Amino acid sequence: MTRYSIFSLARNAMGYHRSWPRAWRSPQPRPSYDIVIVGGGGHGLATAYYLAKEHGLSDIAVIEKGWLGGGNTGRNTTIIRSNYLWDESAHLYEKSLKLYEGLSQELNFNIMLSQRGVLNLAHNEHDLKELSRRVRAIRLNGIDSEILDPQGVKAEVPIANISPSLRYPILGASLQRRGGIARHDAVAWGFARAADARGVDIVQNCEVTGIDIADGRVQGLETTRGRIAARKVGLVAAGHSSVLAAMAGLRLPIESHTLQAMVSEPIKPVLNSVVMSNTVHVYVSQSDKGELVIGAGMDGYNSYSQRGSFQIVEGQMGALIELFPIFSRLSLLRQWGGIVDVCPDASPIVGKTPVDGLFINCGWGTGGFKATPGSGWVFAHTIARDRPHALNAPFALERFASGVLIDEHGAAAVAH
Amino acid sequence: MLLIPCPWCGARDESEFTCGGEAHIRRPADPDALDDAHWADYLFMRANPKGSHRERWCHSHGCGRWFNVERDTVTHGIVSVYRMGEPPPGGDGS
Ligand SMILES: Cc1cc2nc3c(=O)[nH]c(=O)nc-3n(C[C@H](O)[C@H](O)[C@H](O)COP(=O)(O)OP(=O)(O)OC[C@H]3O[C@@H](n4cnc5c(N)ncnc54)[C@H](O)[C@@H]3O)c2cc1C
Ligand SMILES: [Zn+2]
Repeated sequence: MTRYSIFSLARNAMGYHRSWPRAWRSPQPRPSYDIVIVGGGGHGLATAYYLAKEHGLSDIAVIEKGWLGGGNTGRNTTIIRSNYLWDESAHLYEKSLKLYEGLSQELNFNIMLSQRGVLNLAHNEHDLKELSRRVRAIRLNGIDSEILDPQGVKAEVPIANISPSLRYPILGASLQRRGGIARHDAVAWGFARAADARGVDIVQNCEVTGIDIADGRVQGLETTRGRIAARKVGLVAAGHSSVLAAMAGLRLPIESHTLQAMVSEPIKPVLNSVVMSNTVHVYVSQSDKGELVIGAGMDGYNSYSQRGSFQIVEGQMGALIELFPIFSRLSLLRQWGGIVDVCPDASPIVGKTPVDGLFINCGWGTGGFKATPGSGWVFAHTIARDRPHALNAPFALERFASGVLIDEHGAAAVAH
Repeated sequence: MLLIPCPWCGARDESEFTCGGEAHIRRPADPDALDDAHWADYLFMRANPKGSHRERWCHSHGCGRWFNVERDTVTHGIVSVYRMGEPPPGGDGS
């Protein structure tokens, strides 16, 4: 792997940038691997990278049916934060945020992490109470979080109207200053390049169509590019998790829904942080290109179409204008949908399955981009050691039978 | 945007309806006999198919009644609509 640096940039500038090497190989799949990861999104690529880096393994392939990061990794609104209510989630998402903070250096790839702060607005008495409960719980877990009064919100977000006479007045907000955004494609590409450099085969345009199981143990995969034998398989397919689980005869507590997002035309810097409002039901940030990145809730019915309903767009726009009338004359540039894998308790499933050698990482739903490095890190540990790390042990599939759910609906409703 | 034919009101815009998820999930006949795994299956596990899906919808901003819809989760095409308690047109609603 050629290291990216100011010197390699200068050297390549001399050659008119015609001789940059490819960032990763494009190998033919081999007939057999020690470990195969299904799904070349951020989580799958991170898993492969940490398997190689933390556990010294290299006989690994990542199998992706489309192109790298073409799923939710390349479709999300890139909000990163770790302000979750329950201890289990707080620890897992905080691990991920810590990994994010060193990721550009570690991968030698600029993921453009911008810790510009994430605000959650309160619009009524109940919001305020709920917010103060959350902020305290989060701080008890050693995670930065603070409460702003309306003047504090105004200082962070000058375009916010803090007049008390609005229909949804801004009475305060929580703020995680270490939260922010990152470049989603770069996260996938950075992990891909670093995993490839450690010998991982990344195979695109290869769809898994079947899972071979004999005597309760996984044997390999049927794919559109032939059979691939594997000692261990990790399923990291987000919206398609139920489809893959069904190939192994497993049922999951997951429903797939379309989640939409959209961007406006680019404008000059006007919004410096990420602003979310559960009550008005919208969130928005401004990208480095100047586009407003806008999101909200998901469509209300099961879907694999990556195409949402129009009234969701309409509702989202209404909420945005309610919050920031200043945006009312902007045009939208693009709108799109991704298929998110939603769990009943709005928490992920990361761990073993009843099939030996078959592992699953899914259910991140509307909020897994922020967890990409942490998810890969704990999943690699689980696969390599055949048992979960303490951080992901509570997120086992068995919690739906034991009843020990981790209800994060409050942290993962409109907020992703 | 879906155009959903309510069995009582006729075709109406999707925004008048609420989706209630997978249909034909039977309440266990003898709850006391169920172990944790079976409870988990009844309460939480879902088919979530890519393709034909039978689901419950409620015409919440219309007549307020529940009914069943068979819909393709990829094309969003509605295959059939039938009332609560009726067997699905394609058979096998157990
Ligand atoms: C509109 C939108 C906004 C979002 N906003 C945020 C946000 O602001 N912050 C946040 O933290 N999260 C957000 N999320 C959620 C986040 O995007 C996901 O939780 C996360 O990216 C999931 O990553 P992944 O790698 O597991 O999935 P993906 O990137 O979807 O990767 C799964 C891969 O598996 C592949 N695959 C599926 N089936 C097969 C098969 N049979 N064979 C081979 N490959 C297969 C797919 O092609 C896909 O590339 C958002 C999601 C959406 C859709
Ligand atoms: Zn009706």
